[in-house]
Amino acid sequence: MSHLLEVKNLDVKFDTDEGRITAVENISLTVDQGEVLGIVGESGSGKSVTAKSIMKLNPGNTSYNEDAEIILDNENVLQFTSKQDLKKIRGGKVSMIFQEPMASFAPAIKIGAQMVEQLLIHKNINKDEAKSISINMLKRVGIADAEKRFNQYAFELSGGMRQRAMIAMALSTMPKLLLADEPTTALDVTIQAQVINLIKDIIKEYQMGVIFITHDLGVIAQVADHVAVMYLGSVVEKGPVNEILKNPKHPYTKGLLQALPDINNLDAPLSPIPGNIPSPLDRPTGCVFRTRCPHHNPEGKDGKIEMKLIEVESGHWVDQCGIQCGQNG
Amino acid sequence: MGDNLISVNNVSVNFDYQENFISKKQKIHAVNNINIKIKKGSFFGLVGESGSGKTTLGRAILGANKISSGNVIFHDDERDYELTNMNKQDLKEYRKKAQLIFQDPYAALSPRMTVRDIIAEPLEVMKITNSRQETDERVRDIAAKCRLNIEHLRRFPHAFSGGQRQRISIARALVSNPKFIVADESVAALDVSIQADILNLLKQLQTELNLTYLFISHDLSVVAHVCDVVAVMYLGHIVEMGPSRELFKNPKHSYTKALLSSIPSIDPEKRSEAIELKGEIPSALNPPPGCVFRTRCPNPGVDCKGGEITMGLTEVEPGHWVDQCCVL
Ligand SMILES: Nc1ncnc2c1ncn2[C@@H]1O[C@H](COP(=O)(O)OP(=O)(O)O)[C@@H](O)[C@H]1O
Ligand SMILES: Nc1ncnc2c1ncn2[C@@H]1O[C@H](COP(=O)(O)OP(=O)(O)O)[C@@H](O)[C@H]1O
Ligand code: SF4
Ligand code: SF4
Ligand SMILES: [Mg+2]
Ligand SMILES: [Mg+2]
Repeated sequence: MSHLLEVKNLDVKFDTDEGRITAVENISLTVDQGEVLGIVGESGSGKSVTAKSIMKLNPGNTSYNEDAEIILDNENVLQFTSKQDLKKIRGGKVSMIFQEPMASFAPAIKIGAQMVEQLLIHKNINKDEAKSISINMLKRVGIADAEKRFNQYAFELSGGMRQRAMIAMALSTMPKLLLADEPTTALDVTIQAQVINLIKDIIKEYQMGVIFITHDLGVIAQVADHVAVMYLGSVVEKGPVNEILKNPKHPYTKGLLQALPDINNLDAPLSPIPGNIPSPLDRPTGCVFRTRCPHHNPEGKDGKIEMKLIEVESGHWVDQCGIQCGQNG
Repeated sequence: MGDNLISVNNVSVNFDYQENFISKKQKIHAVNNINIKIKKGSFFGLVGESGSGKTTLGRAILGANKISSGNVIFHDDERDYELTNMNKQDLKEYRKKAQLIFQDPYAALSPRMTVRDIIAEPLEVMKITNSRQETDERVRDIAAKCRLNIEHLRRFPHAFSGGQRQRISIARALVSNPKFIVADESVAALDVSIQADILNLLKQLQTELNLTYLFISHDLSVVAHVCDVVAVMYLGHIVEMGPSRELFKNPKHSYTKALLSSIPSIDPEKRSEAIELKGEIPSALNPPPGCVFRTRCPNPGVDCKGGEITMGLTEVEPGHWVDQCCVL
């Protein structure tokens, strides 16, 4: 069976006043139906840009490489230019949810009106049908008094309810792929647990594919089947969630885990990854992580070796130089 | 008093609230009858969901929010400062001794201020230094202690990363040589690696400068790692308080247990062990009578249903306090 989504060799560059920057370089990912791919990495690592590429939502100063492919349901999204085609990836087959639900809702339009409008664009149904689908979806995500909420504005809802309403709107068109960009980052842990459980139930029920972006490895452990670890635009390691979290190979993945306060291991010191993420304008040559890597060897090869993932265990891929240096250092 | 730097005695903070000018005046019960003692040199944690009153309590202790009833006493070496009974001179001195670390000073300050100006401002406002040279020396000294690059003092903070901005914020809070620091969600917006770095810095500064912290955070894993004493707040009340390790290993209150179980475990094999709390924290305008957690409690006891119980902490182990109604 072919994958629901296959991203192949994607580069994303932006032309800015300060020059051309590489936000994403040579990444390849797959998502199957019913599968959650977690993307984790510090801010600026290219997670949101990757997700937006799938909906072609990056702005006008963006360029994609010629040989890149984003195959969704057997079509290359990067070739889409017509309104009809773009509709498919913007609310049709693909929907996106965000950290800030107000990003999904126009402040002056009622929640229900927005849901109905979206459905009428994407589905061949009438207004009444759209209304009943919307109200059912609001109920499905756990919103009490769905009929009343349907006629309210987003700002009138509490934080947790707004998050649910955004999820309801994103799901009402029954997308095949859901892009969730830090949807729980601003929430209290209690509400985060509710939203995570809701998203997991819905994925199971509708068998959609999901890309779940977060900088929180705990959240990744709870929702993802597979994980891709991104640093400065590159995927440095990817594989099944259990493998990546329990048997990490790349120094960056290990660094993230060592910096994380684990409530079950209070004696472990919190070890920051030394240094700062370089600006994408000064992206290091060779291994992108070498300016912060504890195993970096200035005389070694890491400035020259091309980054490339190799398979170390079944399905567990790590950047080749990571392994070479790891073995040396 | 000896060991304690801060005593919070029966402190309540209410805000007046009126939905519009014809509706009747109501009270927001943000903080209710709080009693805590913060030991000298301790890293005191305050946790709870947003809206539980953490910021209001922190500000009340700094004298930045009016206290509706009760009192806060700051036990300095030579004398006590009683917050509800201070003259102008006292207040001036207290401001030097008790400081807040802003979450993002850049958001609160003029973008035209250099890093040096941001750090120097408290010295100038409180007229602590007598010459520009003295100010510059103090700024350089604290910047170095906060591991800021001295070269960067002439720059503007928008050019800096989140971690560097947080260091600027810490330096600004410490420049007046305070003894007590309130850090309100100081690491909330940071990536884990920078978060680890800032937490280590706070620890190091604590020893170096003999600081006492009130560390406010909604992140229990962070609090468990850095704090020695922790108080758990819910809807204006402290429902449980005790030595950090004891409290996290042996939580007694239903709310603490639920909060702890909501932390997403880093182990993918430990999924869905969360005691899912239904709903959200109720409005502080109409807190439920009796136990404030009753409307969301996953396992209320028979006695809890009536809502007649008065809240109040009781000591279950030395130093470990739990709301009495949850113990009964
Ligand atoms: N439209 C744009 N123009 C220029 N640079 C951009 C644009 N969008 C994103 N970037 C840059 O691309 C990099 C990756 O950004 P992003 O994907 O948002 O990171 P993440 O989501 O992992 O925090 C960052 O350095 C960011 O500043
Ligand atoms: N200045 C204010 N005026 C009115 N209500 C306030 C004010 N500050 C806080 N509150 C209310 O007090 C309660 C506690 O808020 P806060 O102390 O900010 O909680 P936390 O810091 O735990 O999120 C909330 O219900 C909040 O809306
Ligand atoms: S290649 Fe070298 S610098 Fe890069 S991650 Fe591996 S060990 Fe570190
Ligand atoms: S007192 Fe009763 S209702 Fe309140 S938290 Fe304890 S068990 Fe739950
Ligand atoms: Mg992002
Ligand atoms: Mg607060």
